[in-house]
Amino acid sequence: MSVKTLTINGKTVTGLAGTSLFNTAWEAGIRIPRLCHIGGLSDIGACRLCLVEIEGRPRLHPACMTEVEEGMVVRTESERLHAHRKLIVELLFAEGNHVCAVCVSNGHCELQDLATSLGIDHVRVAYQHPRRPVDASHARFTLDLNRCVFCRRCMRVCDEVEGAHTLDVAGRGAELRLIADLGQSWGTAESCTSCGKCVQVCPTGALFAKGSAVGEMTKNRAFLQYIVTAREKHEWIRK
Amino acid sequence: MTQPPPSGRAPPATKDNRQKLFERAMSRQAYAGHALIEVLHTAQELFGHLTPELLREVALKLKLPPSRVLGVATFYNFFSLQPKAEHTAVVCLGTACYVAGAPQLVQALERRRCACAAADADKEAGPARLSVQSARCIGSCGLAPAVVLDGRILPRVSAAQLERELDKIGITA
Repeated sequence: MSVKTLTINGKTVTGLAGTSLFNTAWEAGIRIPRLCHIGGLSDIGACRLCLVEIEGRPRLHPACMTEVEEGMVVRTESERLHAHRKLIVELLFAEGNHVCAVCVSNGHCELQDLATSLGIDHVRVAYQHPRRPVDASHARFTLDLNRCVFCRRCMRVCDEVEGAHTLDVAGRGAELRLIADLGQSWGTAESCTSCGKCVQVCPTGALFAKGSAVGEMTKNRAFLQYIVTAREKHEWIRK
Repeated sequence: MTQPPPSGRAPPATKDNRQKLFERAMSRQAYAGHALIEVLHTAQELFGHLTPELLREVALKLKLPPSRVLGVATFYNFFSLQPKAEHTAVVCLGTACYVAGAPQLVQALERRRCACAAADADKEAGPARLSVQSARCIGSCGLAPAVVLDGRILPRVSAAQLERELDKIGITA
């Protein structure tokens, strides 16, 4: 496989042909904000937070969906990108009902961390206050759609790693919702193995273990890397 | 189900052979997962709307997760999970139609729909008489404002003309 040499934020980096800009940057220690990407799952380019500037191209490109090319000059931070990212996160806040003060993931939330790192202190767009249901029918987990940002990590981990594909999204636009099997309550979904992978990859408090109080839900992301390494490299012993 | 159809043409759908036609539509696609939308189209045309039983059958036969099947069925406006009304009117709300007075057509239709619903309120539960839908653009801007009534396009229609058409199909005020 050929190796491509490119520049990210003035730093010369190399990446194998076919790898994404996001992963190449990550390996070089450059962190690009993201919500839908998670190592070990396929990329879908849904959150648009990893948009980067590429010299010679007028449009912005999602780093997770763009393959490295020889001689690329990439910028992952600029005023323009910062403004876009800030607005995207504000829109996410306005679209759902994200009330950190009563959320199980308060203090361990990727959305909250993003907002903090982008310096968001208020939301400039009108809150939608949608009516969204809470599904507590599962014996061990709860799905609170009010806190969902539709990153589809749960759906992908359920399909790609667990292989059950219990979860998917239905509807579109403001009607978008997460469903289990044929739209029944989660607890009655026959295909669900109750493995809890969806809960662990969820960036917010939308999926959580029952019995968690405010701020108590911490998520274990290491398991995914472990499974993927075991599956692909046949390394079962954790270093 | 003894006689095969005379030629390659599918026989008209009746209550009895719908299941068979549905099965044939799936087998024509070799039960391929990527034919999901095509198969759902056929199911909707045959049965009027997509029931959970139909979706389950599609998921089983096309070897797809049920949540994916429901996801696709709810994504497209064409698919309906509820029984359709006896008559359907689709008002185009594209720019040309909107400017040419589509909002007044929607109002006229809504008035009739409410009148029918009120008249049927004390009757037994059954399908609604009229369903009013809107489309972003039906691609016939030269016909603006356009309404599609039970699959028939009414071009350059005024509210008064529309009401006369509704009278003809028994949707009275």
